[in-house]
Amino acid sequence: MQKINREALIEKAAALLDAGTVDRVLAWKRGEFDYDVTPGLFTTREQMEAELVFGDFCGANMSKYLIKETLKGEGKVLVFLKPCDTYSFNQLLTEHRFDREKVYAVGIPCEGMLSVTAIKAAAGDGISKIDVTEEGVVVETLFDGTKVFGHDEMLAERCRNCKSKRHVAYDELMGEEGEVLDSARFDEVAKIEAMSSEERFAFWQGELSRCIRCNACRDVCPACTCEKCVFGNPDSGIENKAITDSFEEKMFHIIRAFHVAGRCTDCGECSRVCPQQIPLHLLNRKFIKDANNLWGDYQAGEEVGSRAPLVDFDFDDMEPGEAVIKNGGEQ
Amino acid sequence: MQRIGVFVCHCGTNIAGTVDVKAVAEALKSEPGVVVSREYQYMCSQAGQDLIREDIRENKLTGIVVCSCSPRMHEATFRKTAASAGINPYMVEIANIREQVSWVHKDMAQGTEKAIILGRAAIAKVNLNTPLTPGETPVTKRALVIGGGIAGIQTALDIADAGFEVDIVEKQPTIGGKMAQLDKTFPTLDCAACILTPKMVDVAQHEKIRIFSYSEVESIGGFVGNFEVTIRKKARYVKEEICTGCGLCTEMCPQKKVPNEFNLGMDNRRAVYIPFAQAVPKVATIDADYCTMLKSGKCGVCSKVCTAGAIDYKQKDELISEKYGAIVAATGFNPISMDKFDEFAYSQSKDVITSLEYERLMNAAGPTGGKLLRPSDGEHPHTIVFVQCVGSRCEACAEKGKEYCSKICCMYTAKHAMLTRDKYPDTDVYVFYIDVRTPGKNFDEFYRRAVEEYGVHYIKGMVGKVVPEGGKLKVQASDMLANKQLHIDADLVVLAAAIEPDKSARPLATMLTASMDTNDFFTEAHPKLRPVESPTAGVFLSGACQGPKDIPETVSQAGAAAAKVIGLLAKDKLTGNPCVASSDELMCNGCSSCEKVCPYGAITYIDKEFRMPDRSTRIRRVAQVNPAVCQGCGCCTVACPSGAMNLRGFANDQIMAEVDAICK
Repeated sequence: MQKINREALIEKAAALLDAGTVDRVLAWKRGEFDYDVTPGLFTTREQMEAELVFGDFCGANMSKYLIKETLKGEGKVLVFLKPCDTYSFNQLLTEHRFDREKVYAVGIPCEGMLSVTAIKAAAGDGISKIDVTEEGVVVETLFDGTKVFGHDEMLAERCRNCKSKRHVAYDELMGEEGEVLDSARFDEVAKIEAMSSEERFAFWQGELSRCIRCNACRDVCPACTCEKCVFGNPDSGIENKAITDSFEEKMFHIIRAFHVAGRCTDCGECSRVCPQQIPLHLLNRKFIKDANNLWGDYQAGEEVGSRAPLVDFDFDDMEPGEAVIKNGGEQ
Repeated sequence: MQRIGVFVCHCGTNIAGTVDVKAVAEALKSEPGVVVSREYQYMCSQAGQDLIREDIRENKLTGIVVCSCSPRMHEATFRKTAASAGINPYMVEIANIREQVSWVHKDMAQGTEKAIILGRAAIAKVNLNTPLTPGETPVTKRALVIGGGIAGIQTALDIADAGFEVDIVEKQPTIGGKMAQLDKTFPTLDCAACILTPKMVDVAQHEKIRIFSYSEVESIGGFVGNFEVTIRKKARYVKEEICTGCGLCTEMCPQKKVPNEFNLGMDNRRAVYIPFAQAVPKVATIDADYCTMLKSGKCGVCSKVCTAGAIDYKQKDELISEKYGAIVAATGFNPISMDKFDEFAYSQSKDVITSLEYERLMNAAGPTGGKLLRPSDGEHPHTIVFVQCVGSRCEACAEKGKEYCSKICCMYTAKHAMLTRDKYPDTDVYVFYIDVRTPGKNFDEFYRRAVEEYGVHYIKGMVGKVVPEGGKLKVQASDMLANKQLHIDADLVVLAAAIEPDKSARPLATMLTASMDTNDFFTEAHPKLRPVESPTAGVFLSGACQGPKDIPETVSQAGAAAAKVIGLLAKDKLTGNPCVASSDELMCNGCSSCEKVCPYGAITYIDKEFRMPDRSTRIRRVAQVNPAVCQGCGCCTVACPSGAMNLRGFANDQIMAEVDAICK
């Protein structure tokens, strides 16, 4: 259950609109069901009263929408940022992707977002209503009555292994500031690393073969902000290339992981939006884990202007060969 | 569609011995774009080049592929050939079927197959090549010489005599380097100081030369013809322009217990010092590690006695920025540390010394005033054992020594032995050696004289152990020719320590982006044909930083490096490399990744107005490459997340086409 509700957000946004501080608001918009919340843009209190929501399905990271939104009009855009969203916000600023002057960022607390996939798997078909109460996640279904599940079991993996409840960027904060957490997120990677190479290959083959190349992961990813994506560029020679074999179906995601390496904040949006439930964020997290292991801990987006290990150099950096061996490779 | 000619070279039997060149030419005929494919015995010869020119004209070729040796060898040759026949030189690709095929394969079938594949890759690339035109950059007519030993001195003098300005950066308070520490020089036995110090004076007095002594290179930017160098002039706490070098301060300073590095710690100097009488510049330096005034604020004797008022305790390091057209590395060498050679008891006995220490003991300006006295008790030694190859040619002990031959030790040991016997005929001198290596003009004669005229005992074999005992050094050694063990009671043991490049060479190489070998010697652009140039344009090599060398060799190489520098500085403009990066502004995100990885600072960003499809305008931050500064390393193309950065001549699609052709 979130510590802050939609009314508080609406009041804050309406006040800022009235004061003329901002003229647009990026927040979460009601969908057909409780769980299909989408990002939305609001300009009046009436719109917000009608459609703005905030709850346990507002996982969407609003940072990326600032790129296009700040280009429209002269006034400022109000954006509500959960702690993990602020890392993406900073990373985008590091990459000069939007003008900070055109944004008014309000940090809001987050108690973790629920996984729709997990709830659907547990509750079955015909979900008509989901409430989060003291008891847990209360799911009403059309065919099978009301079911109650533990809150923590229904959390998205990225929230169960939340890396930070601290906001690294904001103009104003609502609620109390949290701390950077001692997350166990790399344990998920370690599980895959522990597999034999055959098992690991089979695991990724199984996951990535389900990919339908809908590009949702790319479109939502706050690190994927290229003016022209190679996968959408006819000159690149790989635009919308059909998956012709089991090798190529992996390449899209591996190339994407390389492209965002050092810039990925591990926000987990790629996995949230994947309609095939592929745990894509684990690929990126593996890169982060390896980079931390080789060059010391680095969290993308922690500071604006920080240099990621892959675009930094100092005399003590290990040679690539040493890195391979340190990571368990063969000499 | 390109019209491509393929020219397969036999290189005599160098290639044709392992590659069926006819089959290669035949196989490549059917590749896309190829209109003519032939082989010839020596493509680089006049006749071979004529053949290419003729084909270009007759077949209206737009691009050529030469299957021959490494592009480092003849790419420039064939580019000129192409240009002389009217096609752009960058429409030439080399398939290296010598170094990468015939020299590494023994089997004709395998070699031929690989040669065909490499030819195919080059053809695939030429199909995507576009003509490139290099730009021009001006040349800063000033050279920087890093290191003020005999190598740096000679290079600087030769460049300055040709009329160009030269700066020498020397990290010690004086120029002169190792040669200033030597006593006599082989094979003529003239005194090192007598031939070196006049040159040092020449440097000091030359109107084209500036000396930055007690200074180090802090950073290097730019590129050939236009290097930008920051030099750190370390605080010496003495105003250089005022100090007369009278030396009064060095006599009055109460801090007397500072190990004198010029005499390798065998005696002491004061905290304020002039390294030796003929130092250039002859200026005192205060050693901040020992100066009582600088450490505790109490003393100030030197300041009181200095009549010129040159002492300045508040002096700070000074950073000087200067532009140079060429840089010469002349960082020299050092003897390796003897710490790991316990078997010779170097750290246990003062009477086990290195050859360089022996030089100082023999030198009239040394700690003993030139008298040969044992460091431990000041007695005259009667039995001296010289051990050669200590740490040199050390294959089995690579972790403590060097695998290479240090080259100079055989000759200086012969010199030491000869001079010792000459001055002190009552001394027994033994030299233990693996081989005596004395190639060089008048070198072997010199060594023979040591053995035949001066009665030095040369014994083939190594010393196994030296044990200090009862005032003597018990030397256990083997005589391999007589096949017996020897026990000698020596008074002094002299170790011919291996030499290694100065420790400053590696960080310098990184700043210069110059390549080094595994032993930290600078690598030359070609071991035979370009021995004084680094592969990095505008960087030249002088002296022992490139490999072990004696003085005659160092001086000739120093002159050669100077000649190359003069050749560069004599030009008003340099033709640049057109294979530089460029950013596709429509794809560039302005994210700064490329700027962060660019080692040359060639990338800047501008806010540029773009017209959008809906006729609106949008201002976007995009990267711009300065083609004069870009060296074409390609780091940016890898770092660019959107693929907007591309390297001309090595574009992503060209590389991918090569890979596809290889994997076909």
